[in-house]
Amino acid sequence: MDAGDGRWVGVASKRAAEILRAAWGESSDVDGLPGRLAAACVRSLPVTGVGMALMTDEGPAGIIAATDGAALVLEELQFTLGEGPCVDASGTGRPVLQPDLARTAPLRWPAFAEGALEAGIRAVFAFPLRVGAIRIGVLDLYRDEAGTLSPDALTEALSFADAATLVLLHAQAGSPATETFHELDERAEVHQATGVISVQAEVGMAEALVLLRARAFAEDRPVGDVAREVLSGAVDFGKAEDSG
Amino acid sequence: MAREQRLTEVFVELADTLVEEFDVVDFLQVLTERCVELIDTDAAGLMLDDQRGNLQVVAYTDESARLLELFELQKAEGPCLDCFATGQVIANVDLADARARWPVFTEAALGLGFTYSHALPLRLRRKVIGALNLFSLERKALTDDHVAVAQGLADIATIGLLHERALRDQVLLAEQLQTALHSRIVIEQAKGVLSARAGISVSEAFSRMRTHARRTGEQLTSVAEAVAAGRLHPGNLQPTPDAR
Repeated sequence: MDAGDGRWVGVASKRAAEILRAAWGESSDVDGLPGRLAAACVRSLPVTGVGMALMTDEGPAGIIAATDGAALVLEELQFTLGEGPCVDASGTGRPVLQPDLARTAPLRWPAFAEGALEAGIRAVFAFPLRVGAIRIGVLDLYRDEAGTLSPDALTEALSFADAATLVLLHAQAGSPATETFHELDERAEVHQATGVISVQAEVGMAEALVLLRARAFAEDRPVGDVAREVLSGAVDFGKAEDSG
Repeated sequence: MAREQRLTEVFVELADTLVEEFDVVDFLQVLTERCVELIDTDAAGLMLDDQRGNLQVVAYTDESARLLELFELQKAEGPCLDCFATGQVIANVDLADARARWPVFTEAALGLGFTYSHALPLRLRRKVIGALNLFSLERKALTDDHVAVAQGLADIATIGLLHERALRDQVLLAEQLQTALHSRIVIEQAKGVLSARAGISVSEAFSRMRTHARRTGEQLTSVAEAVAAGRLHPGNLQPTPDAR
């Protein structure tokens, strides 16, 4: 399978694209993708461990990856206690960066703080995995020592979050892995078209985005082009039509 | 003098907004619109550092696909990027002479009929977190007074983004920037949903959501989330008086 350099447009998505390509290149086992992504994240960043959890509209829906015991504890705590930086991040859709847990966590999340500190976790950086209103999950990085993420590390972490968002989006929809690697496009028209498709096809936003990306991939065209056609009315994803 | 009066009114409007609970993307949107009005230009866009090393559009005054494209391609080249990189004001660039400097950008801007472009940095002490981009159709340079007002508005945009206390903190800055970017995406998705449901343009969809937010005192992003989730139906959103 060739992820194809030519498909990767948009300066913003280059690093996320590289990350995805590398994870795909390691093995063609689709189910193992989130785990490989998490492992790559630990190698690439000055963090001790990484966890990833799935979210649905009803709330936390499962632990997808954990690179070590403490990462697993981090994920489990959020499920059992329903509190903590990861819970806040996935619930509010805002990243929650906590460079010094011992100082800030006991006041803010007392039950979580106890469990996390006991597991040796001293800093947590939780990134919601989302595309606007589409909330898929959360990527949690932890450190066994207090300390902030440098701007470069933050940039890298955000690129991993972008990659993880795509992986989970497509995994949840059961898409062929190849569609996951079709270009990322963040322009306004793509998001508007997602909304339009969700109404036309009578599906949720996550599914709408996957449909848009699948169509672009099938026709070997940039996502932005298909999006523009959706907005102009040239393409309709309504159920009455054969949406391929 | 009418303009002084208007300047005063806008100053009061923006200041009043900043002391209340407000929606950051909504605020930035209003700011770009006031900019165009006060500085006698024809289009404006506000781009923010996405912390992955690139600029993303978070507010723009015109729904035209070609204008959006003009902002999109500035991720790679253009006055906005230069301004962001150097923190220097770029004023009164005569596009007729700009081809050598920014070939792709200039072609696109001239194609839209623009004659001048300007870019002002969103500065936070020594950091630059984004840029305000302005375009003029008429062959008329901005006066120093206009440029000063434009920089003042850019500074207000920065304040609006970082209004919380202790935002010296790198952590909160990162959280705020990412949240603004996520919110913009929700708004774009909701525009798509509403336009498809109500059979209206995305521009009218945006107006209706904004009017509803004003009327109910809800935040624009909350209204957008409700629309995207199907909790707020077109019937609850009134058409705007001079709908296009």
